[in-house]
Amino acid sequence: MNIIVCLKQVPDTETQIKVASDSKSIVTDDVKWVMNPYDEFGVEEALRLKEKFGGEVTVVGLGPKRVTESIRTALAMGADKGILISDDALEGSDSLAVAKALAAAIKELEYDLIFTGQRGVDDDLGIVGAACAELLGIPQMSIIVKVEVAEDGKTVKVTRPVEGENLVIESSLPALITTQKGLNEPRYASLPGIMKAKKKPLEEKTLSDLGLDAAGFGEGGRKMKIVELTPPPARAAGKIVEGETPQEKAAELAKLLHDEAKVI
Amino acid sequence: MAQGVWTIAEEREGEIRKVTYEIVSEGRRLADAAGQELTVVLLGSNIKDKAAELGHYGADKVLVADDAKLAPYTTDAYVSVITELVKANDPAILLISASVQGKDLSARLSGSLDVGMAQDCTAFAIEDGNLVATRPIYAGKAYANVTFENSWPQMATARPKLMDISEPDTSRSAEIVDATFSLDESVLKTKVVEVLKDESGKIDLTEADKIVSGGRGMKGPENYNILEELADLIGATVGASRSAVDAGWRPHSDQVGQTGKVVSPNLYVACGISGAIQHLAGMSTSKVIVAINKDEDAPIFQKADYGVVADLFDVVPALTEEVKKYL
Repeated sequence: MNIIVCLKQVPDTETQIKVASDSKSIVTDDVKWVMNPYDEFGVEEALRLKEKFGGEVTVVGLGPKRVTESIRTALAMGADKGILISDDALEGSDSLAVAKALAAAIKELEYDLIFTGQRGVDDDLGIVGAACAELLGIPQMSIIVKVEVAEDGKTVKVTRPVEGENLVIESSLPALITTQKGLNEPRYASLPGIMKAKKKPLEEKTLSDLGLDAAGFGEGGRKMKIVELTPPPARAAGKIVEGETPQEKAAELAKLLHDEAKVI
Repeated sequence: MAQGVWTIAEEREGEIRKVTYEIVSEGRRLADAAGQELTVVLLGSNIKDKAAELGHYGADKVLVADDAKLAPYTTDAYVSVITELVKANDPAILLISASVQGKDLSARLSGSLDVGMAQDCTAFAIEDGNLVATRPIYAGKAYANVTFENSWPQMATARPKLMDISEPDTSRSAEIVDATFSLDESVLKTKVVEVLKDESGKIDLTEADKIVSGGRGMKGPENYNILEELADLIGATVGASRSAVDAGWRPHSDQVGQTGKVVSPNLYVACGISGAIQHLAGMSTSKVIVAINKDEDAPIFQKADYGVVADLFDVVPALTEEVKKYL
């Protein structure tokens, strides 16, 4: 079973986000870049399936050279090889353009399953996986917490939580699955894993290597334009609930929630 | 030229879901601002009798796609039909709910229609006849205003619970039209084989009107009963911070935050939650925020409308008793 995991690098979730002076991007000086947390679940699930069915796990990342570091992390966890799609013309691309580049790279590979995170925790769009599946003409199942591949390796059954219920969905393979927290606990890379990762193949591809015209990518190719980024809307200053004892504070809070906030 | 505002209705087991009224109401406001018609696309099986009601919320037209293959929702079937209808009718705006289903549908439509898509928006406006969408990024640590270019329809999803539902006007009626579409079996590659209901009757965090959430300050899974008692009384759903989930005290589905659920209840009560950026990102669009924490320097107090500096183990049970007076 050959599995592809798509990987994005994002600012660590503890990062303070500051809007840059151009009002269209964020300040990246102090950003610690990490593998998108949802993509880690994809790497882990791919490795577990490989342990059961054999085959190869290929990690496909897209972005500047620093993304190599996250691909190496996935290789250290146990993935077999990496591909980095990197091209100056990609800078500023929107999700649809990213999906097009990923699909072009994946088309050249053999695969039964593709994993992507359910969304990147940076722009929070959640488009790339589904759009990539559409471009490849394969089904997608999104926001998945359980994956069971049939013994014959021809179909997959997944669990998808929706509001108030879990759907069990069956699909033919190949298919694309977007991962949700709860799917698994990603392993840490072991020291021998890290050593081995250095020798694993990591190929770099440009848009022209993929037969793509740079004109459709970057800022100029965006279909969704960023007009302006702003800090989050400020909340009006709150009040500290007064009282001598916890009981008094509780009584005052209940009163405020009823009389003033009118939520109880 | 592309004309009209379209929204996609969401149904489950033949019932229209509340998020539909949110986007139909918002769709009406946008259609008025743009001077255009509002069309609601209703897909399902034996669903046509639900169409008239959508008129009361502002639809000028309801396009009904009724087919046994359209219930329950599958990405394949919905995308096939909606793509065909959009291409045939060329709407200017396509508005969908950012429910779990809507997020799945809109993302795939972005690919099938080759258009941009603004996911999980908190506000919309019409400027120069075009859609401007406001959406949180980095889980709300920043906001982006976005527009579309060479991208028709202008597609966006609306975060659940933020769009006001209009008072239904029973004197309004919509033109109800049967949609023509071809839905070939061969496109259906996925199938819902089982539906596991949450028997607890618990309202999902993303749909809850009130949430009582507990963090590391809860000290252990056994103490959540005090939150459950308060929650049961006021009709709230219990949530948790990442540290409580990572400690195994609560299931993943309870997590509020950047790598959990993003919620917008009318009331959010944070108990023993310090307010890491990760968590604040997931609940900052709540209408009223209460923080109960014994550490007066906890960052959560900066987001709170009402802060109680005290031990939650004293305050929460007392609060449960006190709110009884108002129920």
